[in-house]
Amino acid sequence: MEKEIKIRIRDLHKSFGKKNVLNGVNLDLYKGESLVVIGGSGTGKSVLIKCIQGLLTPDSGSIEIDDIEIVNENPDVIDRMHSKMGMLFQGGALFDSLTVWENVAFDLIQNRGFNRKEAKIVAVKVLRQVGLTEDIADLYPSELSGGMQKRVGLARAVITRPEIIFFDEPTTGLDPIMADVINDLIIESAKDLGATTLTITHDMASARKIADKIAMLYQGKIIWYGTVKELDKTTNPYVRQFINGSSKGPIKVEK
Amino acid sequence: MIIRLGEVFLRTLGKPLVKFLYSLGDLTAFVVKAIYHCFVPPFYFKLFFKQVLDIGFYSLPVVGLTTLFAGMVIALQTYSGFSGFKAESVIASVVLISVTRELAPVLSALMVSGRIGAAMAAEIGTMRVTEQIDALVTLSTNPFKYLVAPRLWAGLLVLPLLVLVGDIIGIFGGYVVGVYKLGFNPANYITATFQDLQYIGIISGLVKAAVFGFIISMMGCYHGYKSKGGAQGVGNATTNAVVSSSILILIFNYLITEMFFSR
Repeated sequence: MEKEIKIRIRDLHKSFGKKNVLNGVNLDLYKGESLVVIGGSGTGKSVLIKCIQGLLTPDSGSIEIDDIEIVNENPDVIDRMHSKMGMLFQGGALFDSLTVWENVAFDLIQNRGFNRKEAKIVAVKVLRQVGLTEDIADLYPSELSGGMQKRVGLARAVITRPEIIFFDEPTTGLDPIMADVINDLIIESAKDLGATTLTITHDMASARKIADKIAMLYQGKIIWYGTVKELDKTTNPYVRQFINGSSKGPIKVEK
Repeated sequence: MIIRLGEVFLRTLGKPLVKFLYSLGDLTAFVVKAIYHCFVPPFYFKLFFKQVLDIGFYSLPVVGLTTLFAGMVIALQTYSGFSGFKAESVIASVVLISVTRELAPVLSALMVSGRIGAAMAAEIGTMRVTEQIDALVTLSTNPFKYLVAPRLWAGLLVLPLLVLVGDIIGIFGGYVVGVYKLGFNPANYITATFQDLQYIGIISGLVKAAVFGFIISMMGCYHGYKSKGGAQGVGNATTNAVVSSSILILIFNYLITEMFFSR
């Protein structure tokens, strides 16, 4: 049986001025699957994720989520899509004027009609799920370490039990042990929710751990797509160079 | 040769002109969108009241001091300029007119622009560069309704109240100098002040205040919202917010005065 496609991207183009960042991206994300997009800095990974979220408007091409086109759609359609999505931002993007629990419960209070008392109970429960204790609920994000902020960001992303979760460089800036803890939490939460996830990263250890499928983005196009096992066997010189982290190869980096 | 020079001239002129027109279009689109979202629910009343407190209550000391000294200095200057000539009533009247029509609205707005416009641009700018605004969108919350609309409403409604307080303090400043330094009769000074009280002067001052409040909030939000490039970008946004709102305040001050008093 064909697996159901959750997100279908076709011939996506996006440029900033004269710089073509996305140059005809084609990608399918199947329901319940974890796709990791790898690629060097400046290859358009973040732009891709922002286009899917409706934060940037592509120049041309199509993005369908559950068979509904979202490119150039009206804000209501995109808003409805957002209620199905959660996102963990690279820097956490926690609201620094709100406390930890208010951050986690933001969507519940603003859009889902929870009163503050109920929302706090749910928020504390989700904070526990990501390994944080109740006593940090009333602190402000600036009082937390980088790893804790990532966990709070994760709690905020999963509290509404979204169908799709995006992870933008989830392990960047963390020590290897904390990075692995975050990887485990990502896998656990996705499994628990049965969610489809799209992660962008250049951390190969993280990619291998959380991916069902891996896609490599280079010069605005997907140049390789396959499973983790296939990744290790591939002879694609671009992928080999990237996973080996070598400065010699077809990928030229400005020095 | 002349054609070639003309071409060079047009080219040098063209690029900044296109850039200027682009910014103007961008600003206009932002203003239209912001005003639209001011009238469309959901409304965030709690955030509005927080802004009222920030813009209004916490600006009271600054506005009070500014208008107090403005009123005092006008009384002193007028006395030295008009000495001996029906001084009491002239001074009371000059203080009244200059404070309510010009000094209280303009000076208060400039002070509030430095205090609040800069803070708004810095806060929203930091939210922009740390992806907090993107996070708002992904949490199904419109940043225009959540961040911009409460600030615009607060600026528009609170500045007139501030200026009204500033009017009273400014006139009191004139009274203090008149009575305690220049030795005028307090009762005569107060009578002279009330005799010259014109509603048009006070109303024009309050209309100015509302427009200035709107300008301060709009410029703070616009420059913050459009800032990019980390700490330096936020710094630039803050400077631009204060400079542009100060210039706009002075321009609109003239235009509104023209509207009310040119006959």
